[in-house]
Amino acid sequence: MVTSVLGFARTLRHAGVAASPDRVAAMLDAVAHLDVLDPAAVYWAGRLTLCGSPDDLDRYDAAFPAWFGGVVPRARPAVPAARPRVLRSAPLDTGAGTPDGEEPDDLATRASGAEALRHRDVGELTAAERTQLRRLFALLAPAAPMRPSRRRRPAPHGPVHVGRTVRAALRDGGEVTRLVRHRARPRPRRVVLLVDVSGSMTPYADALLRFAHAAVRARPSTTEVFTIGTRLTRVTRELRLRDPDRALAASGQAIPDWSGGTRIGEVLKAFLDRWGQRGTARGAVVVVCSDGWERGGAELLGEQMARLRRLAHAVVWVNPHKGRPGYEPLAAGMVAALPSVDAFVSGHSMAAFEELVGVIERVPAPPARPRRAPGHLLQDDREGTPSPARHRRGAVG
Amino acid sequence: MNQLTDPAAVAAALEATGYLPDEGLATAAYLALALHRPLFLEGEAGVGKTALAHALAEVTGRPLYRLQCYEGLEASSALYDWDFGRQLLHLRAAEAAGTATDPAELEAGLYDRRFLLARPLLQALEDSPAVLLIDEVDRADDEFEAFLLEMLSDFTITIPELGTVRAQTPPLVLLTSNRTREVHDALKRRCLYHWLEHPDFTREVAILRRRLPEVTETLARQVASATARLRALDLLKPPGVAEAMDWASALHALGARELDPDTAARTLGAVLKYREDGERVRAAGPGVLFGAG
Repeated sequence: MVTSVLGFARTLRHAGVAASPDRVAAMLDAVAHLDVLDPAAVYWAGRLTLCGSPDDLDRYDAAFPAWFGGVVPRARPAVPAARPRVLRSAPLDTGAGTPDGEEPDDLATRASGAEALRHRDVGELTAAERTQLRRLFALLAPAAPMRPSRRRRPAPHGPVHVGRTVRAALRDGGEVTRLVRHRARPRPRRVVLLVDVSGSMTPYADALLRFAHAAVRARPSTTEVFTIGTRLTRVTRELRLRDPDRALAASGQAIPDWSGGTRIGEVLKAFLDRWGQRGTARGAVVVVCSDGWERGGAELLGEQMARLRRLAHAVVWVNPHKGRPGYEPLAAGMVAALPSVDAFVSGHSMAAFEELVGVIERVPAPPARPRRAPGHLLQDDREGTPSPARHRRGAVG
Repeated sequence: MNQLTDPAAVAAALEATGYLPDEGLATAAYLALALHRPLFLEGEAGVGKTALAHALAEVTGRPLYRLQCYEGLEASSALYDWDFGRQLLHLRAAEAAGTATDPAELEAGLYDRRFLLARPLLQALEDSPAVLLIDEVDRADDEFEAFLLEMLSDFTITIPELGTVRAQTPPLVLLTSNRTREVHDALKRRCLYHWLEHPDFTREVAILRRRLPEVTETLARQVASATARLRALDLLKPPGVAEAMDWASALHALGARELDPDTAARTLGAVLKYREDGERVRAAGPGVLFGAG
């Protein structure tokens, strides 16, 4: 049984389930407490100990009959939000491998070059320029927006902390000699990045994922990154790798729909159903990075954006094309999404990314909406009738 | 309680309390008891994660301690806290009585067990064996998770002024999560993991009949099948078992013996918790609820 379980664990690891040695030990332990000859018991012993998330369960259910034979004791009902099928996949282009030696070694040239590069459209760079730009990404440290919390910290002013005051008094023999005060400690607000990796975004997806990587590195516990295309993929874990190239390569492997079509509405709905409504989007700053080129119905996208806005603290839309002179948000998807967007910014150059950092950090506060911060204006020619979401928003505080 | 020697026995015992588990859940509960491993439960809201803790407490005859997690949860509200007021009073009383002769002794007296306010985690260790429910652990912060990791691996808590508290029998720990964020893998590795599904039709009818004996068999079957159809409808909040029960008892309260379109429309608020969902179901017509279309 032991060798059989070990082999099974190996198969499972190949399938992408992190069946670590301690989990395998737990499975052996579990099997020992159950009827070894009962396939159902073995199935459950493994499932309870080796799996760690709902995503693991499908893989487990596929691997179990393959290894142990027989059938899965209980077919799981299909997950209601059926995942859209992958159209096609392509490996992640990590910036066309230019060897390090080819860069100009003159420091001054490099500095001025970097300055010029900051304003260049990332979609139009050569491979060498891309390599150089990656250094700039490493310097980017997106700060998190803050929110009030229940947590408190000692402060010279503020309400009296009864517990601490009395504790201090106890030390002084029961005499209250001073009042210990405390104050609410602001906490970082969650930032969720939804990066469109569909075909039309190919020139920008690499840069946007690098931006996401910088954000995850800066605030690993309060940043979430998903890619959207034909399906939703969570890449937060992959982007936590320290080295940006490795992180991007890892997330590239995790993204099955690289350069596929776009169904933002559907995928956004999947995000809201599976993550957003449960809490990931609640009170967060959600940044959608997409050109709004929607193949599905724009109506669904509009609906889901309104829903997103009711959940999120603020919604930022990054569209690389906005940086182009004469750009008008005419794509149907963009038109449908804009009424539910708090800030509409461009994301085509390093300078634009730096600006985006500022927007995320000082994102417009809800009560005074629609607020327009200078520099990243919402389009003025938006639909005249305010959406219901906007009315309700005022009460959120 | 000691006859829980295999999953079937656990299932039978749970059924006796009115909680009807499927094979996977019974195995999970059994292994949690046998291996002294915490059980990590995930699943849609309303599938009975919290109810399982109550049922297991009843089955094992153990007291249940529940810790509701939230952001900013601190050790003082999860573990223990000193009762400062009473400590101060004790000090003053000793002063007034003139018994405060030895300062060291007086100070030691201040950190007596009677001045300690035990919170759920400490209570669960002291009142051994117990059932400990750590609800919605995904809402707590990372730091708290790290702390739990330590506590769940050896079931001891050290109080600097008093010493170490160790559970004689490890508590049966259930953690629930709604997946608002990914719980740290290190914590999950310590646990058995179970994803709870909505019950299938027969089980749901059985649950309704069991929990609400006053509801007619026909009504229970109709509610269960309508609920199942609603779940397939891609709603914002698919109804859970709890909603199905609410609905059945609402229908019963209106005197319904079976489901008819009019009463169903009036009581839809018991199952559907979003305006959009209500509209979608109304737009889809009665076929959704009655399976006619």
